[in-house]
Amino acid sequence: MPDKIKFTIDGKDCQADPGMTIYEAARASGIYIPVLCHFEGLKPVGSCRICSVRVNGRWMASCTQPVTPGMVIENTSPEVEEHRRAIIEMLFVEGNHFCPACEKSGNCELQALAYRYQIMVPQFPYLFPKKDIEAFPKFLLEHNRCVQCQRCIRAIQTPDGKKIFAMKNRSGRVRINVDRKLAASLSDEEARKAMDICPVGAILKKEVGFRVPIGQRRYDKKPIGSEIEEKR
Amino acid sequence: MNYKKILQKYRKDRTRLIEILKEIQATEGYIPEKGILSVADELGLSRAEVEGVISFYHFLSARPLGKYVIYLNNSITAEMAGREKVARAWEQEAGCSFGQTSADGLFTLLETSCIGMNDQEPAALINRVVFTRLNPEKVSQLAGWMREGRAVEDMVEETGDGANNHQLVRAMVRNNIRKTGPVVFGDYSAGQAIRKALETTPEGIIDEVKKANLLGRGGAGFPTGLKWEFCRKEKGEQRFVICNADEGEPGTFKDRVILTERPEMVFEGMAIAGYAVGARLGILYLRHEYSYLRRYLEHVLQKMREQGWLGQNIAGRGFAFDIEIKMGAGAYVCGEESALIESAEGKRGEPRDRPPFPVQKGYLNLPSTVNNVETLATATQIIVHGANWFRSMGTPVSTGTKLLSVSGDCQKPGIYEVEYGLTIKELLEMVGAEDTLAVQVGGPSGNCISEAGFGRKICFSDLPTGGSIIIFNRSRDLFAVVRNFLDFFIEESCGWCVPCRAGNVLLKKKFEKIASGLGTVQDLKEIEAWGKIIKSTSRCGLGQTSPNPVLTTLSNFREVYESRVSKEADFIPEFDLNRAVAEACAITGRKFQEEQEHA
Repeated sequence: MPDKIKFTIDGKDCQADPGMTIYEAARASGIYIPVLCHFEGLKPVGSCRICSVRVNGRWMASCTQPVTPGMVIENTSPEVEEHRRAIIEMLFVEGNHFCPACEKSGNCELQALAYRYQIMVPQFPYLFPKKDIEAFPKFLLEHNRCVQCQRCIRAIQTPDGKKIFAMKNRSGRVRINVDRKLAASLSDEEARKAMDICPVGAILKKEVGFRVPIGQRRYDKKPIGSEIEEKR
Repeated sequence: MNYKKILQKYRKDRTRLIEILKEIQATEGYIPEKGILSVADELGLSRAEVEGVISFYHFLSARPLGKYVIYLNNSITAEMAGREKVARAWEQEAGCSFGQTSADGLFTLLETSCIGMNDQEPAALINRVVFTRLNPEKVSQLAGWMREGRAVEDMVEETGDGANNHQLVRAMVRNNIRKTGPVVFGDYSAGQAIRKALETTPEGIIDEVKKANLLGRGGAGFPTGLKWEFCRKEKGEQRFVICNADEGEPGTFKDRVILTERPEMVFEGMAIAGYAVGARLGILYLRHEYSYLRRYLEHVLQKMREQGWLGQNIAGRGFAFDIEIKMGAGAYVCGEESALIESAEGKRGEPRDRPPFPVQKGYLNLPSTVNNVETLATATQIIVHGANWFRSMGTPVSTGTKLLSVSGDCQKPGIYEVEYGLTIKELLEMVGAEDTLAVQVGGPSGNCISEAGFGRKICFSDLPTGGSIIIFNRSRDLFAVVRNFLDFFIEESCGWCVPCRAGNVLLKKKFEKIASGLGTVQDLKEIEAWGKIIKSTSRCGLGQTSPNPVLTTLSNFREVYESRVSKEADFIPEFDLNRAVAEACAITGRKFQEEQEHA
């Protein structure tokens, strides 16, 4: 068995197995680093940058950065937290998020992060972009809420490895582009998976809604990240 | 249209996707739905993936374009040289606005980021042909020829200097080499370096390059010898040498001139790198904007093969190395080495996470060294003349010479090969710049220097640059410069990560608030803080440098910002109601009452 890697997070001594990312290593130590684009079991892509930490003075995304011996990691310093809050706010103003009317409210990770960071009004001006809603046989794609986390791209593919969801355009115009023909062949179960893996209310399975009342949903009960912190 | 034939030509190779799409577009003018479906089907991709690649690149289009597509450069030096009038002239001739195709399908007008012609603006690509020094008269002449149906190639009346005049180039582009130096423009005879290299060991080559302290010339300044060593030591069934000829930093055009006048030196450098790292194949990743050089460069490669400097048995010593050219399709971010590799594999040019670094897992996930054009040319000369010769130039840390692409307000814009350590003041004298307000060193991602910094030196420890130097005199509005640069980064962001994609749009909004006179001292604090957040948390070098236009002018020209903001007000809303309704008030002859009376 290879030696454990020793490092610190906010001054606390931690250990991890070689090959772990900073995020995984922190999680194993009962320390929560907020993530949005990352999803366990999928290859990390480092797109949201909410998991940014400062390591020996340098900024890094903890979901993609492997932990190495002697790292001195800042996770909850005021500056790190301010940066994260800014990124969460950027996501709110970059899209059109109206939580009270959203099916994902209470289960939405973006909303949950905003609660955790106690965001009332973003420091940035709203951009009010014009975005569409697209309908597919089994699901709806609500571009107004999409945060371009790429979870759907990574998680939902055809058995022969074709991408059903893919990125289109670049810059602020990037959108998730759905292959209509392939999407039509999705099973109910796969459509459910697509909705569940979406951190926000961008992918919504058709013909079901508000099955669990708002107020009794996952993050209505406990803040995001508490499941990790409870294990400490 | 027989798409299968094109696909067969490229052996249905997924890494050739961009070339396949470009060939379809070259024959059909765009990439129609049928083409997308056929390509997706044959390459085992989804339609969405192929659309993803097309929509990423500026020069690929899934919607029909006009017979003549005018890509008018929008860099700041073009603006300074009268771009606005040229743009209006095109709109008048075409009868449509930028972003549109004329009703008769003859013209499409599009803006494009810097095409590497900053010293001969306003410039445009028409289809793939470069036109420089445009003016409204020239535009109307070109438009007239287009109505007659003349081929774009036949609209070039006068060719430029040097190899621009070569029958395989025939471009109106000018080299404007103002100062030659001993390295890139020094004495050189092809084949000498590779022959000498093959007489020593690969480790010996790496040691010599390390001893010379050659630092990457693209801007980042990573030690070349070290990069080669890492690549060589990495296990892999194959390794690659990639030459980064995607100079997209606005104001940089030195690689264009090197590839025009010194292509053998670059290719030889690639072969030497190949010998050093243990590669058999080199790839020249050439930006789309320089498509006009492709046939000429292929010809040079062929000549080098015939002379035995490339191929199966180089210099008769059993070393096999060859070079192929891969074309970009219009994306600044592809100058970032991992994005370049993605693009060379036929994908969207999105940067990768590191580690693993390209020397570990690069092209096709195999060890690859990505080096700039000038770096490779310089390596060739180091092998010929030795590390000591090289170290005798420049400064102890920044050894050797650097090619500068100088543009903007000066009498002699063009290419200068100078020793590192040159001060900005010396440079300004050399290029004939007077009454200088600011010097942009290293392009928009670099540093905007005020007079107080003219004693600073061009070198890695003070003012590093990939080569871009843009000069602004006191008649220029610094805010116009910053605005142009911010627009550039907003457009060229790949859109992958949040701080770069959304942050830069917000930064620009804040900047416009200040520029329009609605800013406060608090806004200056916020724009600085936002800029720092984008720098710290962005995923790649593009995002990490994108706020520099604001941050460096804010630090070096603070008074310009302070003169625009209100010192007294704590808060001024971004939206100025009086201004918004001013026109309506004037038309109706009614006055807007700011305070509604609530009796």
